[in-house]
Amino acid sequence: MTDPVLLKVKNLVTAFDVESGVIHAVENVSFDVKSGKTLGIVGESGCGKSVTSLSIMRLLPKPSGYVVSGEILLDKLDLLKLPPQEMRKIRGNRISMIFQEPMTALNPVHRIGKQIREALHLHHSEMSDALILQESVALLRKVGIPAPEQRINEYPHQLSGGMRQRVMIAIALACRPEILIADEPTTALDVTIQAQILELMKSLQKESGMSIIFITHDLGVIAEMCDEVVVMYAGKVAEKANVLDLFKFPRHPYTKGLMASIPNLDMPPKEKLQTIEGVVPELTALPPGCRFQNRCVFQIPRCHAISPPLEQVHENHFVSCFRWQEIEAKTNSH
Amino acid sequence: MSEYLLEVKDLKKHFAIFGGIFLRQIATVFALDGISFGVKQGETVGLVGESGCGKTTLGRTLLRLYNPTAGEIHFKGQDITSISQSSLQNTRREMQMIFQDPYESLNSRHTVRQILEEPFLIHQIGTTLERKKRIDHLLEVVGLPASAKDRYPHEFSGGQRQRIGIARAIALDPQLVVCDEPVSALDVSIQSQILNLLLELQERLGLTYIFIAHDLSVVKHISDRIIVMYLGHIVEMIKSTSIVENPLHPYTQALVSAIPIADPTVRKEKIILQGDVPSPIKPPRGCRFHTRCIYVQDICRTQFPELKNYSETEEHRVACHFAGELGRH
Repeated sequence: MTDPVLLKVKNLVTAFDVESGVIHAVENVSFDVKSGKTLGIVGESGCGKSVTSLSIMRLLPKPSGYVVSGEILLDKLDLLKLPPQEMRKIRGNRISMIFQEPMTALNPVHRIGKQIREALHLHHSEMSDALILQESVALLRKVGIPAPEQRINEYPHQLSGGMRQRVMIAIALACRPEILIADEPTTALDVTIQAQILELMKSLQKESGMSIIFITHDLGVIAEMCDEVVVMYAGKVAEKANVLDLFKFPRHPYTKGLMASIPNLDMPPKEKLQTIEGVVPELTALPPGCRFQNRCVFQIPRCHAISPPLEQVHENHFVSCFRWQEIEAKTNSH
Repeated sequence: MSEYLLEVKDLKKHFAIFGGIFLRQIATVFALDGISFGVKQGETVGLVGESGCGKTTLGRTLLRLYNPTAGEIHFKGQDITSISQSSLQNTRREMQMIFQDPYESLNSRHTVRQILEEPFLIHQIGTTLERKKRIDHLLEVVGLPASAKDRYPHEFSGGQRQRIGIARAIALDPQLVVCDEPVSALDVSIQSQILNLLLELQERLGLTYIFIAHDLSVVKHISDRIIVMYLGHIVEMIKSTSIVENPLHPYTQALVSAIPIADPTVRKEKIILQGDVPSPIKPPRGCRFHTRCIYVQDICRTQFPELKNYSETEEHRVACHFAGELGRH
């Protein structure tokens, strides 16, 4: 792959102080976001996918959450070392974020127009009011909001869920960011609206050439939107690969299990689904060794003792499992 | 006796909205506006549709958790539309519900034992010892350890809590279980565990399910037949094996095409619907779907399409003036 790397996350460790001590919500996570491409982060609740994105934005809840170590490099600029006022210039300007629930992300007592203006004001103080208004209307039109001249004067509660998410996208894109972090942007939406928003994001990306970090639990959305995928489990990277590779040759037992457990439209009805037995371990009581061990059908004593490193399968495919080669040989021989 | 375990005819449920200074009725929500269908013993009927289509209201009205505005509900041949609360209690033994949110639907101050004992107490069934045995058995059936009895709901994960909810629903050996989005709050890997459990219980106990969900791939997987709803109406009733290949209503077609497929090599042509679902307070005239339909004609704006059968070999009802004539994706 020749696309230049825009954002590099290196060995990120993020911790939270909780009553019972310190938990590591993100442990040693590394990935690259390439220019103009979409990186997907997939995993279940508590796997650390949202914490990773908040760490990049430096928006972790204070004072309980903090980055312990690692680097987050935006064009060689380490975001973790920036003073707060410098970081503020990056946030919303070079990296923007949209969230799962647009109603809680938008301010309910301000008109839509004001909320879009805010972003422009903050980063482009030289723009005149007339220009900002013109730009705001143009932004709303771009994200497919009908009659933007009127909508700009409405409040968030007057819009539907899909429209609110469009407004969020308009705000996020106001300053033409290089990276858009989308944290479960369509999870709260109906499927037909989800299809609209995904289509919109794709076309906006094509037009502006921005990179997207797409966080979701939905493998279907990943397959549709992403170029590269990071699969996370209990705070760690289980597998990392190009999207085609990942879906064709998943190597980690967790990825395999996840893919097998979603009902497929081609499956005969009422057939037993494959499952991953058990539950994700609590972050406060993580076992030593591999974090997936208690649910893994391939576990061996070694998995209980040592945490498997991220091994390279080939150029663009990494997996964190001691037995991936064996497992692969076994499944291929069938 | 009809061939159906449960049958509804022209069921309507309207909610009044009160407002203004004198709290007069200022509007009506047409949540269900003429729903008719039947459910056979032992089958699973899936209800799909987007938020606000009335699927949850339908599930609740079937169990008379809401009183219907008009129409009839027959359960095992008996008209239960307007029977008294006391006669309803006996019927409710045989129709139970599993709720979406396993966090909200279990009393957090009760132990699992108390939660599971409650149905027996309400219906005055068994001695203390018999109830105890029954609870142990229930826990085993839903795959929870016997030690779970003395713990509280917050000590369990979402999936385990849903198992408790399921145990409670099947405690009295019901015939019909209405599952209202039972897996949508759960993680993918847990979702499949619960779906398998529901399938297993159906086989074992001969349960009849009404399965409500917004996720078409889940509904298709678990159902024999699927009812697609839009703004308080049924737009299509179809065998689940046909829904992907042969949906006839343009809304069903869009719904099917909008499901993201977990295979990056598949690039299917999507039907992207424009706009949002209109408000059920002011549903559009004529076909409810006409404001978003890509095939809309003049007749759709004025005339309401009846639900008609389109197949000679199986039940396949569609409410569209042009069903069967439209292009398939």
